[in-house]
Amino acid sequence: MNPIANPILEVENLGRRFGAFTALEGVSAAFGEGRITAIIGPNGAGKSTFFNLLSGALKPTSGRLRFSGRDMTRVPQARFAHLGIARSYQITNVFPRLTAHENVRTALQARVSRYDFWSRRDARTDLAVRADDILESVGLAGRRDRPAAALAHGEQRALEIGIALAADPRLLLLDEPTAGMGPEETKEMVALLRRLGESRTILLVEHKMKMILGLSERILVLHHGRLIADGTPAEIQADREVRRVYLGQSGGYGHA
Amino acid sequence: MQTLDQTVVDAPTARPALPRRSPIATDALSRWRAPLSILALLALPFLLPSQALAVNVLIYGLYAVGYNLLYGYTGLLSFGHAAFFGTGAYVTGIAIGTYGLHPLAAMALAVVVASGLALALGALSIRSRGIYFAMVTLALAQLVYYVALQASTWTGGENGLRGFTVTTIDLGIVSLDILNPLTKYLFVLAFVGAALALISRILASPFGAVIEAIRENETRARACGFDVERTKLLAFVLSGLFCGLAGALSAIHLSIVPLDSLAYHTSGTAVVMTLVGGAGTFFGPFVGALTVLVLEDVLSLWTPHWQLALGSVFILFVLFMPRGLWGTALARLTAFRGRA
Repeated sequence: MNPIANPILEVENLGRRFGAFTALEGVSAAFGEGRITAIIGPNGAGKSTFFNLLSGALKPTSGRLRFSGRDMTRVPQARFAHLGIARSYQITNVFPRLTAHENVRTALQARVSRYDFWSRRDARTDLAVRADDILESVGLAGRRDRPAAALAHGEQRALEIGIALAADPRLLLLDEPTAGMGPEETKEMVALLRRLGESRTILLVEHKMKMILGLSERILVLHHGRLIADGTPAEIQADREVRRVYLGQSGGYGHA
Repeated sequence: MQTLDQTVVDAPTARPALPRRSPIATDALSRWRAPLSILALLALPFLLPSQALAVNVLIYGLYAVGYNLLYGYTGLLSFGHAAFFGTGAYVTGIAIGTYGLHPLAAMALAVVVASGLALALGALSIRSRGIYFAMVTLALAQLVYYVALQASTWTGGENGLRGFTVTTIDLGIVSLDILNPLTKYLFVLAFVGAALALISRILASPFGAVIEAIRENETRARACGFDVERTKLLAFVLSGLFCGLAGALSAIHLSIVPLDSLAYHTSGTAVVMTLVGGAGTFFGPFVGALTVLVLEDVLSLWTPHWQLALGSVFILFVLFMPRGLWGTALARLTAFRGRA
């Protein structure tokens, strides 16, 4: 890998232990701006832990995390969204009884108004308009006034990305954005990710190899909490170690 | 010009120039909830058999509304709100009886002290979740109860606080005769109405959106960039403030503060009234307060074991009408409009 000149995100020897169990250890990598990078690995490889560290949901027990030059190791999670890191979750994580529009509008509000209990929330028409724009960009304009709980699974996943986009993040962390989706929904999601990848840095965890190979420019492979490979899709496919632990292990992943 | 209009109408993805209001916001019932609630409460003394019951509905309704702010809107189940109700009542009584404060000044002091207590108890409990939060608030409220029991020179201990009868309230221009039931009702309603207007405003504010987001999905709210703990603490203090006001009004109403106003079953009363009326609805707590108080009156005439009967009614509500009376009525109304 060529060293990256101005990395937006840098991790240095990052690790996390839970008691005696080491979930992640010694991961170092740098990520340039405006790329789609995928993180893969078998179940229990430490992908979710890695994501939770990058999004501030967990604090590392060793190593450092730097975002556009700023040390994020001790920054509380609520600050991450304000600084430009937003995430989606593996299990759909929306505000179920709020409408699609309210979901995004509330997320937008986190940037401008958090403790104001005197003004009227619908006085901020700018937020409402911006929420409509975001719904449009994730293909949910037609579902605006539906409660999130009443949306189809694929639509909820798209809404979740809409909520993440509300933070106007420079770095978007997506944990299995196509989990549980059929082929048609997956195709739409891939098209959406490709559009988003034109203007933002995206890191995603995925299981669908075919999709990753076509979408991302770079792939990181985790195994037993360690980074075992880091390269272009072609390099990863050719890597012996990766083939041994991951690609070859099951027919389900091996269609590459 | 005509063709242009035509295109706009025909385009399937045409976006309205201005954001449409959500159907809920256009709902007149929701938009005018505070004035409509006050109107309904104005009619109450003429609909109920006794003025005393009407005043109790106001006071306990406000208590439940304050509780609902935390439970129904923020999603935090507290079992310790008697601490704020009782503190509001005791501070009012002591300020009038011992220090001879003007009743209005005494009530203002009571609200301040109850809010301060809410800040302290909230700071200690807000980090625990679910049933643990309920248990911590219960334990802290019991602590307040025992302090009041022990400090009997101040509080009258087990006998409750007596000797501060308020008969008239001097407002400068006029003097209100509180012994007149209707005057007393309107005096209490003035505070309850102001509180309702304030709560309606809080719920419609950006902060109102944040507490709803926390109720709906705390993890997501935090990831969006909301400081969940601070927001919860603020909601806890606001909730304690309104419950403290309800307690202050009850002291003025009864001219006595029973030790029971700090007891755990007074905390339970807030939960029961909120759930029976409809958690997370604006007017529901008043419906709940009315229902529970009327049931209490009626059942205690029939049987000394009326609490058993009331408990059974409560269980039936939880099982078969989880949205409560008002919540269910609102849901029916929305469904009916949807079909029409």
